[in-house]
Amino acid sequence: MRFSDTLNQSYTAIKTQPVRVLLIVLAMSIGIASVTVLTALGESARLYIVNEFQALGTHLVIVLPGRTETTGGQPPIFGETPTDLTLADANALLRSRHIAAIAPINVGAAPVSTRGLERETTIIGSTADLRQVRHLSLAQGRFLPASDSNETLSVCVIGRTIKDELFANQQALGQWLRINDRRFRVIGVLASEGQSIGVDFDDMVIIPVAAAQTLFNTQSLFRILVEAKSKTAMYKAVDEIRAIIKARHDGEDDITLITQDSVVKTFDDILTALTLTVASIASISLAVAGILVMNVMWVSVTQRTSEIGLLKALGATPRQLLWLFLTEAAMLSVAGALSGLLLGKLALVVLQTIYPDFPLYLPAWAVAAALAVALLTALIFGVLPARQAAKMDPVAALSKR
Amino acid sequence: MIQLEHIHRYFQVGEQSIHALNDINLTIKQGEYVSIMGPSGSGKSTLLNVIALLDQPSSGRYLLNGQDVTQLNDEQLARVRRENIGFVFQFFHLIPRLSAAENIEMPMVLAGIAAKERKQRVAEVLKAVSLADRSDHRPDQLSGGQMQRVAIARAMIMRPGLLLADEPTGNLDSQSGREIIELLESLNQQQDMTLLMITHDKSIGQRAERCIRIIDGQVS
Repeated sequence: MRFSDTLNQSYTAIKTQPVRVLLIVLAMSIGIASVTVLTALGESARLYIVNEFQALGTHLVIVLPGRTETTGGQPPIFGETPTDLTLADANALLRSRHIAAIAPINVGAAPVSTRGLERETTIIGSTADLRQVRHLSLAQGRFLPASDSNETLSVCVIGRTIKDELFANQQALGQWLRINDRRFRVIGVLASEGQSIGVDFDDMVIIPVAAAQTLFNTQSLFRILVEAKSKTAMYKAVDEIRAIIKARHDGEDDITLITQDSVVKTFDDILTALTLTVASIASISLAVAGILVMNVMWVSVTQRTSEIGLLKALGATPRQLLWLFLTEAAMLSVAGALSGLLLGKLALVVLQTIYPDFPLYLPAWAVAAALAVALLTALIFGVLPARQAAKMDPVAALSKR
Repeated sequence: MIQLEHIHRYFQVGEQSIHALNDINLTIKQGEYVSIMGPSGSGKSTLLNVIALLDQPSSGRYLLNGQDVTQLNDEQLARVRRENIGFVFQFFHLIPRLSAAENIEMPMVLAGIAAKERKQRVAEVLKAVSLADRSDHRPDQLSGGQMQRVAIARAMIMRPGLLLADEPTGNLDSQSGREIIELLESLNQQQDMTLLMITHDKSIGQRAERCIRIIDGQVS
């Protein structure tokens, strides 16, 4: 039997039962639509977050003092105190050929005031390189000057919120700002960044790192942000940073290195798992649709018993009958899947109109998977009724009217 | 052409075992015209089903064109049926959703014959059963006699050597019944098809060259 004939025969058989077809197509399309919409939502969330991270640069290495490890043993326990990271450590890293920029970071909270207005805010001590490393942009003025990081220049760059709160309708550039008991001249205002992975750059004052160390009376750094020259250079940079710091800390390997891409990967993994979970839950509706396909095919086989007997008498082999009924089930499912995809697409378009800011995106693999699953369900659930048709006793089938 | 040797067929109905065919020995030559008669329940339909390869005998040997067909599996049986045997039933057994031409075409569709050749052969056969103007009609738009003629056209489309008719006039008035018998007989004479016909009607049964009577599963 030719394939085109099989299709044609199945099609004419389906055509005689429009209500049944409508029911299957409806059930199947609801299943497929829910799978595609949920997959699209999950996938879009993943892309949104991954992009957010990648905007920070994927070549970023974060150097933290101390190391995650278990120390000690028999009591009394002598825990190790990690050696502090210092500015000298940070400067030493410049020796590595693979590093493009280094931003030592010192963080503290302090009251900021000007002309009677005061506000408790986060103070970040860093260098000119911070701008490059965190991809900061300025609304007015300029960033910290590129000078020796040991110099305690009395200048600061303020975030958007600070500017609005303390210099409401006035020019902020060139004004003096008092942080604790020291005065800093405002030389730049950051463009509004919004939340950037938990750090609110809008509500922040950036001062030179040496000034921050004096302000908070400390020699140690909170962390060092390092930007490698490229993705491949990043791994070499990690090794070199470890070697350089180890040499400076009396052979003690007491820092923790976090690469930006490992953070991205973690989020990526979590959200992919989430997407798959949600899609699996939605695919329960596909299984239900599959059972409906099976039901309809049972009815179809039972109703056409005498026709099956006749086909056997005319020389249809069991395999041909199996394929005839499987093709019927597959056609119904594919019709359902296609209308489901259409329905899903429609839902996405509606969602996109309601939430224009959220980038909605239906990945091609989800479309392919939905079609494949629909076809598979049809074949799995269609096979039992089709086998019944194929195995029917022709004499008994023919005598049924 | 057909050679049956010691054919037995038992049916299990509940606790009871029914001996439907009891040691049937029968030889039918190519081109013969044979009628099978007997009271209902005598086993004549079972015999026809066995000859048609729709039913397997419980024991015995059946040679069709010299080939032992009791050893074949379902796939092979279907193929032998398709190529060698044409059926005409009492209740026509046309597929209601298909037109006359599509019904006639069905055995060729199953055999995988190209659409172009199918169309040509269907047209020829429709002419032979004088239904050329009804090719697009569906069964419910045809009379009983016309439906049976479509069924005969379907039975002869594969040019089988053996034509089996199970009470072909059982559901027709005497006028169209006679036309159907004449059509079947002309196929037997002009195309040398072996014609094997079950019938209740003595006047029809006696037209055959050879008349086999079956009583209680035995040839009498």
